[in-house]
Amino acid sequence: MIRFDNVTKVYPRSTRPALSDVNVNVERGEFVFVVGPSGSGKSTLLRLALREEKATSGSVLVAGHDLSTLSARKVPRFRRGIGAVFQDFRLLPGKTVDQNVAFALQVIGKPASAIRQLVPETLEMVGLEGKGKRLPHQLSGGEQQRVAIARAVVNKPQILLCDEPTGNLDPKISLDIVHLLDRINRAGTTVVMATHDADTVNDMRRRVVQLDDGVVVRDEENATYLAPEGDK
Amino acid sequence: MKVGFVAGEVWSGLRRNLSMALSVILVTMVSMFLLGMGLLAQRQADTMKGYWYDRIQVSIYLCTENSLQANCQGRAATEAQQESIENQLKAMPEVKQVFHESEAEAFERFKEQFRNSPITGNVQPGDIPQSFRVQLADPTKFAVVTSQFERAPGVASVQDQEKVLKRFFQIINWITAFSVFLAGLMVICATLLMATTIRQAAFIRRREIGIMRLVGASNWTIRMPFIIEMLVVAMLGVGLAVGMLWLGLRLIFNLGFNRVVLDKALIGANDVWALTPWLFGGVILIAVLTSLFTLRRYLRV
Repeated sequence: MIRFDNVTKVYPRSTRPALSDVNVNVERGEFVFVVGPSGSGKSTLLRLALREEKATSGSVLVAGHDLSTLSARKVPRFRRGIGAVFQDFRLLPGKTVDQNVAFALQVIGKPASAIRQLVPETLEMVGLEGKGKRLPHQLSGGEQQRVAIARAVVNKPQILLCDEPTGNLDPKISLDIVHLLDRINRAGTTVVMATHDADTVNDMRRRVVQLDDGVVVRDEENATYLAPEGDK
Repeated sequence: MKVGFVAGEVWSGLRRNLSMALSVILVTMVSMFLLGMGLLAQRQADTMKGYWYDRIQVSIYLCTENSLQANCQGRAATEAQQESIENQLKAMPEVKQVFHESEAEAFERFKEQFRNSPITGNVQPGDIPQSFRVQLADPTKFAVVTSQFERAPGVASVQDQEKVLKRFFQIINWITAFSVFLAGLMVICATLLMATTIRQAAFIRRREIGIMRLVGASNWTIRMPFIIEMLVVAMLGVGLAVGMLWLGLRLIFNLGFNRVVLDKALIGANDVWALTPWLFGGVILIAVLTSLFTLRRYLRV
C-alpha cells in the first residue's frame, strides 16, 4: 500500500539528508507507528507519502501511484484517496463542525445529497454526534482532533496518515484518539501514525518503524518504544 | 463544484476583504473612465471630421483686375481661362462637385453674411473675386487640387478649409493621447492592485487553501472563488465607469452644447454602448490573467 524503496530526501539549503536510504513497506490494512525524536524524519516520511514533497532519490509508491513520476496535475486526484491528520488540527475557525467536515467533500465536488448523509454518519463514528453545530473554539482539543479525523476519513480513504495527532493532547485524551484510529484501521483503512509519544505506542503494541537521523534503525511488529530522555 | 458553494465562498471572501475589494472597484472605475473618455474623444474627433469634411470645400479664387497675386500679373481671368479651369476640375476623379460663384453672387453672399456690419457699404460688386467651389470626393485629397491650380493661369489663390480644421483635430488628438496615457497608467495601477488584493485574499484564506490541497481539490476549484471575486469587483468598476461616461456625455455634451447646430457632429449614448463590450472584455481579461498569475504560487503541489 505504501512502499519506500531506497528513499533519500535532502531539503534545499540543507546538507544533512532528512531521510537517507529508507526502505519501508506498509501492507494494506496495517497500522504502523513511525517513531523517533524530533527531527528524525517522521514528518518528512509522511510528507513524501502525501506528495507534499518529492524524494531526492529512490521511489515512493502509494496506493498504486509512483509518486516520483506522478504529474502535478494528477496530485489532487491522488490525494482524494488519502486522509491526513496533523498535530495542529487545521480546522477552519469560522465554520461549524458540520461545515468543516462537509468542506472536504464540497471542494472535491461531492453532491449535496451524499454530503448530507456522510457528514453526520462520520461525526457519529468519531463520537461527536450532536456537536455538528458547534464552532471549533467551543470544543476541547480532543474533540477538535476528532473533527479533523472525521474530515480526513469522510471521503473513505484507503490510507490515513497522522502526523503527531496526539502531540497537543493530554495522555488520557491521546489514548482515546489512538483508539479511534485503531477502530478506523479495523474497518479497513491503512493507518500510518508518526509520534514520539511512547505511551500510546506501548498501549497499542503494533508495528513500529523507528527513525533516527533519517535512518530506519528498527522495524518490528508488536513493538514498544522507549522515548529518549527529554523528548517526551 | 456546486454553484451555491462557490457563491458562498465568493461572498465570504469579498466580505473578509472588503476594503481591498472596494479599492479595486474604484481604481478599475477610474481607469476605465479615463480610457473611455480618451476613446470617446477620439470618436468625437472622428465624427466631427466626417461632419466637417463633408462640408469642406476647396475654393479657387480667380484673378480680378485688382488682384495683387503675382500669378495674376494684374489682369482679370479671361473667360477661356475660366472655362479651362472648370473643364479640368470636372475631369478630375477626385472632384465630386464644382460650382461656379460669379462676382455678382459673391457680392450678394457677402452682403447677406455681413448685413449688420458697416463694412458692406464700402464693398462694390467686383471687389470679391469669382471663384470655383470644389467639393472633393475624398476631402483628404485636397493637395491634388491645390497643386494643380495654384499656379494655373487666371488663378489668384487656392484656399482650403482643411488647414483650419487640422489644428483643431491635432488638439483633440493630444487630449486623446494624454487621456489614454493616463488610462494606461491607471490600468497598470488596477492590475497591480488586483494582484495585491488576490495575494491578500489568498493569505487570509491560506488555511482553506491548505485544506483544499490536502483533501485533493482540483486547482480550478481552488482558483475559482478568487477569479470570480476579481471578476465581480472588476466588472462593478467597469459598470460604474460606463455609467459615468454615459452620464457625463448626457450632461456635458448633449445638454451643454448647442444641440441644434451640432447635433449630427456629436457622439451620443450609442458610442458609449459601442465601447462598453471592449471595456468589459479588457477588464475581464486582465482580472482573469492577474488571478491566474498571482495564484500560481499558492497552487504549487
